[in-house]
Amino acid sequence: MPSSLIERPVDGPSATPPAVTTTRRADRNFAGLARGSGIAVLIIMAAIGAFLLWKALPALQANTAPFLTTSQWFPDDPAPRFGIAALAFGTLLSSLIALAVAVPIGVGVALYTAHYASRRIAPVLGYIVDLLAAVPSIIFGLWGLQVLMPNSKGLWRWLDQHLGFVPLLRNDLDSYTRSVALAGTVLAIMVLPTVSAISREVFMQVPKGHLEAALALGATRWEAMRTAVFPFSRPGVVSAAMLGLGRALGETIAVALILSATFAINWQLTEPGGNTFAANIALKWNEAGSVGLGALIASGLVLYIITFAVNMAARVVVERRREFSGAN
Amino acid sequence: MAKRIDVLHLNVYYGAFLAVEGVNLAIEPKAVTAFIGPSGCGKSTVLRTLNRMHEVTPGARIEGKVLLDSQDIYAPEVDPVNVRSTIGMVFQKPNPFPTMSIYGNVVAGIRLKRRTRKSELDDVVEASLRGANLWEEVKDRLDRPGSVLSGGQQQRLCIARAIAIEPQVLLMDEPCSALDPISTLAIEELIYELKQQYTIVIVTHNMQQAARVSDTTAFFNIAGTGKPGRLIEMDETKTIFSQPAEKATEDYISGRFG
Repeated sequence: MPSSLIERPVDGPSATPPAVTTTRRADRNFAGLARGSGIAVLIIMAAIGAFLLWKALPALQANTAPFLTTSQWFPDDPAPRFGIAALAFGTLLSSLIALAVAVPIGVGVALYTAHYASRRIAPVLGYIVDLLAAVPSIIFGLWGLQVLMPNSKGLWRWLDQHLGFVPLLRNDLDSYTRSVALAGTVLAIMVLPTVSAISREVFMQVPKGHLEAALALGATRWEAMRTAVFPFSRPGVVSAAMLGLGRALGETIAVALILSATFAINWQLTEPGGNTFAANIALKWNEAGSVGLGALIASGLVLYIITFAVNMAARVVVERRREFSGAN
Repeated sequence: MAKRIDVLHLNVYYGAFLAVEGVNLAIEPKAVTAFIGPSGCGKSTVLRTLNRMHEVTPGARIEGKVLLDSQDIYAPEVDPVNVRSTIGMVFQKPNPFPTMSIYGNVVAGIRLKRRTRKSELDDVVEASLRGANLWEEVKDRLDRPGSVLSGGQQQRLCIARAIAIEPQVLLMDEPCSALDPISTLAIEELIYELKQQYTIVIVTHNMQQAARVSDTTAFFNIAGTGKPGRLIEMDETKTIFSQPAEKATEDYISGRFG
């Protein structure tokens, strides 16, 4: 019987396991290492959640008000009353403002760097954007407080006067400082480099063949972007926005500097006030009693869950059109 | 529909580098013209100047003229976008848009130009896919992504996409080099049918293919690395492959180099 390498045993292919399982030692070690890293991440995530829950439970049990819908924070009273309604409101709204401002601009910058700028300018521009992502958040906070706040009053007043019929933009106090809108704008500037840097990488990975295919059909440059570049990059841009949102949701110090921490749900975003999970934790931690600490940890747990939910939602968006992603 | 192309004194530069020098050739309508020659001889470069696709490469520019039925496609008032919708192109690697369905791929070019009613688009899709000999294979799954097709089917989808906008000329840059022999045969048969309607220019590395599909063959060569590519000779395909005028052509087609 020649060629025993090729011939299959008589009882069919199932008798011999596929060749992949007889791996070399290096392959086995590497697979183990990779699997271990993956599992470690999951364990760490679960452990953080469990830790938060464990530390938060006593305070949650002591709470005399509904935790999710209360807009007060008196955890160290004899009858503790605290809830995250105002925190969730401020966090989500300031982050949404940040995304609404940062994503269009960031994608624009990325598109320019990846497909429009000349080959001399593009790398420089990309480098500067990357540098911007490395600026510490305290700097952005100080800048927002010292520069943006005094100089943006005119903008907020203009919005109130001309678009005041939109409840979000109305301002009845004629005071335009330390607002959620301002915090959102500073967050936008912090998020911008993240969104832009990742989008740029994604735009540059669009295969040249797709761009040429569109141009060869008589597309203008912009039409080629719409036909070939945007659809292909969509999952990546969504991921970029989500990473930006992650930064905005968790940003602490810049927001804590800017907002005048109040516990109210105020839809008039240009008025002073508002609060976020992270800023509240930073501001309250040192003065908190034992229930107070538990209450802050409980709010941290909610932030953790929100961040999770947002990322899951993004994955769903990306997965839904997986077949058309070009990844297969 | 089909138009002729005349290339006059064409030099192509990439930056300061002269890539192709002094090309003069005539491409007849409703016929297949093949460009053959060794790698780096500039045949693809010349092809890409015929619909100004070379301008996608930074620094690329030409001297000379390319006339489409006596209209200079490099005249200052000519928009390269219009040139490319008149002179379609099929690339070496099948490149259907991965984010679009088969249907969406075929109508991609039309959707760029104007709003069209669905019923009209349906007709174009069927006609183009029939024209590319793909209709029977995909008619039941037009909403599936183009990436579910085999390489040969994807290339025919790209041809359908190119002919859907009814170009005057179809340029093919080594359209079969990424395909297996059976798919190659399908494309070659398709080329034979398409030349009833279109002017076709095909770049190929495969001399048998040039001999099989083309009416006229142009042989390009390069004197050495760093030297510009030149058109050595151009004649009816059967002449090129039986009694070429130039020694270099004979050496190349008989496999003595390249």
